[in-house]
Amino acid sequence: MLSRIAESLFWIGRYVERADDTARILDVHTQRLVEDPWIDERRACANLLALMGSPVPDSEADTERVLATLAFDRASPSSIVGALSAARENARGAREVLSAEIWESLNVTHNALPQQRTMARRYGPHSLFRFVRERSAMVFGLADATMSRDESWLFLILGRSLERVDMTSRIISTRVLAGDAAPSWTLVLRSTGAYEPYLRTYRGMVNSSRAAEFLLLDRLFPRSVFAALEQAEACLAELERSTVRDAARIGVAGEAHRIVGRARTMLEFMSPPELLAQLPSRLEELQRTCSAASAAVTHRFFTEQAPQVWVPEEAG
Amino acid sequence: MADLFDGYSLGEQWDEMFGEVGRARPAYAGLFASMQPIDGDELAARADVLSQTYRDAGVTFAHAGEEQPFPLDIVPRVIGAEEWSVIERGVAQRVHALEAFLADVYGAGQVFADRVVPRSVITTSSHFHRQAHGLVPPNGVRVHVSGIDLVRDEAGDFRVLEDNLRSPSGVSYVITNRAAMSQVLPELFADHRIQPVADYPSRLLAALKASAPANVADPTVVVLTPGVYNSAYFEHALLARQMGVELVEGRDLVCAGNQVSMRTTDGQQRVDVIYRRIDDEFLDPVHFRPDSVIGCAGVLNAARAGRVTIANAVGNGVADDKLLYTWVPDLIRYYLGEEPVLQNADTYRLDDPDTVEWVLESLDQLVLKPVDGSGGKGIVIGPRADERTLGELAVKVRARPRDWIAQKPIGLSTCPTLVGGRIAPRHVDLRPFAVNDGDRVWVLPGGLTRVALPEGELVVNSSQGGGSKDTWVLSPPRQATEPEEADLTRIEFTAADLPEDPVGQDAGPLGDTVVGQSQQQQQAGAETAVSAARAGAETAVSAPRGARC
Repeated sequence: MLSRIAESLFWIGRYVERADDTARILDVHTQRLVEDPWIDERRACANLLALMGSPVPDSEADTERVLATLAFDRASPSSIVGALSAARENARGAREVLSAEIWESLNVTHNALPQQRTMARRYGPHSLFRFVRERSAMVFGLADATMSRDESWLFLILGRSLERVDMTSRIISTRVLAGDAAPSWTLVLRSTGAYEPYLRTYRGMVNSSRAAEFLLLDRLFPRSVFAALEQAEACLAELERSTVRDAARIGVAGEAHRIVGRARTMLEFMSPPELLAQLPSRLEELQRTCSAASAAVTHRFFTEQAPQVWVPEEAG
Repeated sequence: MADLFDGYSLGEQWDEMFGEVGRARPAYAGLFASMQPIDGDELAARADVLSQTYRDAGVTFAHAGEEQPFPLDIVPRVIGAEEWSVIERGVAQRVHALEAFLADVYGAGQVFADRVVPRSVITTSSHFHRQAHGLVPPNGVRVHVSGIDLVRDEAGDFRVLEDNLRSPSGVSYVITNRAAMSQVLPELFADHRIQPVADYPSRLLAALKASAPANVADPTVVVLTPGVYNSAYFEHALLARQMGVELVEGRDLVCAGNQVSMRTTDGQQRVDVIYRRIDDEFLDPVHFRPDSVIGCAGVLNAARAGRVTIANAVGNGVADDKLLYTWVPDLIRYYLGEEPVLQNADTYRLDDPDTVEWVLESLDQLVLKPVDGSGGKGIVIGPRADERTLGELAVKVRARPRDWIAQKPIGLSTCPTLVGGRIAPRHVDLRPFAVNDGDRVWVLPGGLTRVALPEGELVVNSSQGGGSKDTWVLSPPRQATEPEEADLTRIEFTAADLPEDPVGQDAGPLGDTVVGQSQQQQQAGAETAVSAARAGAETAVSAPRGARC
């Protein structure tokens, strides 16, 4: 498959997942401001912005600012609107490999954003977040149902998985790093959609170390860091099998695969108490892992030569 | 008569549907009858569904850098089987003659020696490329795909308005209009036997494969596009997908040792046939514009070495020049020894001073067309132009008569069209598409009908506020159910495969503003407001690594 198209698919996966996760995080954040009488809005907002990698203004970190930055900023690929627009632009350039239904789904989503934004201003942002969650689910559902499990699908899911590792570890960080302005574990679980699965798994009160374990290590919950790493690894293994000769003989061939595999085994073979004790540094490491793996995938599969400059004399 | 057609008035021109008010022509009898029970509100509601379908699927065309929705009119245009067979023969005949002419131009030049066409017509054409001289395509085909623009005159005869032999666009509408219409108005289809159009991509693929360099057993075909900001990008993507081949951009290709390859996740892969939708000038920076970053350096040498086929061939523009057009009937007689099946519009060459003088005196009664124009740009319709326009035109014509042709205005036929909840006559034209596989010129039964939506408007291009219509060619009764060729796999169409822009050739003439160029050809380096904004969007596509990673 063309490198350029593979790259587009990888980024569609990342952007759609990013929009989905960001919507989940913001939904929980705004609900919390309404429900929690003791919350310090400015601090909570500043923490959230910092966590998502956005510059934090000293004085104006209020919810409006958070939404402007993380939900509506068209120019930023880290905002919901920006990520969905970027996903749609990538899809436009990859229409011949993407299933028509996925393209249409992304296009309809993109076309509906202005109206969603107006509604969010009038009735509060919750409807927007729900819309984004549903549309993202539709995109991946259609990928599941309409795409061959060939390279195109593998790159899409690889992008989604790496983004998910990154976002879930950021969500856990909201609890771990923010001190007394931190959201409760219940909220953290809710923002990953893990609250109900957690309750069914552990039956009962939310306990901090169990919640962290669940989000990091649970093998059955698809948004856990472990499950996402495992999925990324499986995609990379499959991609190498189809593109690298003799891959089976030397074990793991690709740098990205090694990076992801190391992160997965770190989680797999470290004892939970040990892991929890070093949580802040481990979470940071996971985010670095994503960035390194993404760079390695780019280098291995997508790199194209710099554009050559031709001068007429060379025409010969 | 149904409410829908109340107030439908016939003018001087030929009306596609009605010979007289309330009496449909034979080909339209079925359509007229099926539409009778539908009332205006109902039809308008279905038209809304139709346009929503198009919006959802991203059926837009890029106009002045903006994505705009493309209107599809809900009333189809019908062409009877017999009428169609005339068009079919006429189009194929023209393509045969033009193929012979191109082979002659880039080869022996017998046509000049025999004084059928003056050599100067070619040497002064901006589309004549010496680089293509002596380059013989593997199966002799240069015009793999063509679109021959037709209009119907007051007498009901089809006349040729121009030939498009470079990258005629719009065929994606033919395919997608049909699919969208059949979803919205299935009952109209039930009463007709309409020749299918979904075969086109498989015919095109077969023709492209047939043109591959010799000794290539299983040729790799690609579609080369300027990129997502080209107005016809949708079409490029649709054709690539329906042919099941890669849609590449210049940056995906690399040429080394006269071999063209594409960059894939599995390394470089050989390319044998390039269906390019990039203008000659941008195709190969080694031979043409050195600043083009949307082409592939070395591709022309590879073609000359017989290692890759470029479709359509480089240099075809000399044969679809509006000036050369005036000689096409002579070329048909010269090369084929036949009389033209389809007549040209009455056209005057401005090649002698007397004609120029006469044309200058009669500007208010003539249509003046720039020889290099496309997309309806620069055309002046004398009877409708004001004094100032005619004055400016006279200066230009006097300065460079070679750049213009003059035609008698044709009262384009009208076709019933839904306008503001009512059916009203609107002017239409027709672009049939032909595919030449070397053995046979196949004409897609249907073609693109463009309709001018403003009342009385004669320019039907979508950049001038035009829309399109689904075009039905009725099957002759005998072979109604027989598939024409069993070996062609029919490719299914999905609702989302909707087209972007049927206007003219993919790219306008060179010499437009840089902005226009960057939109038409996506010159990545062009530093204009538009392309800067585009570049922003482009960055967002692949740069977010920096954002949070």
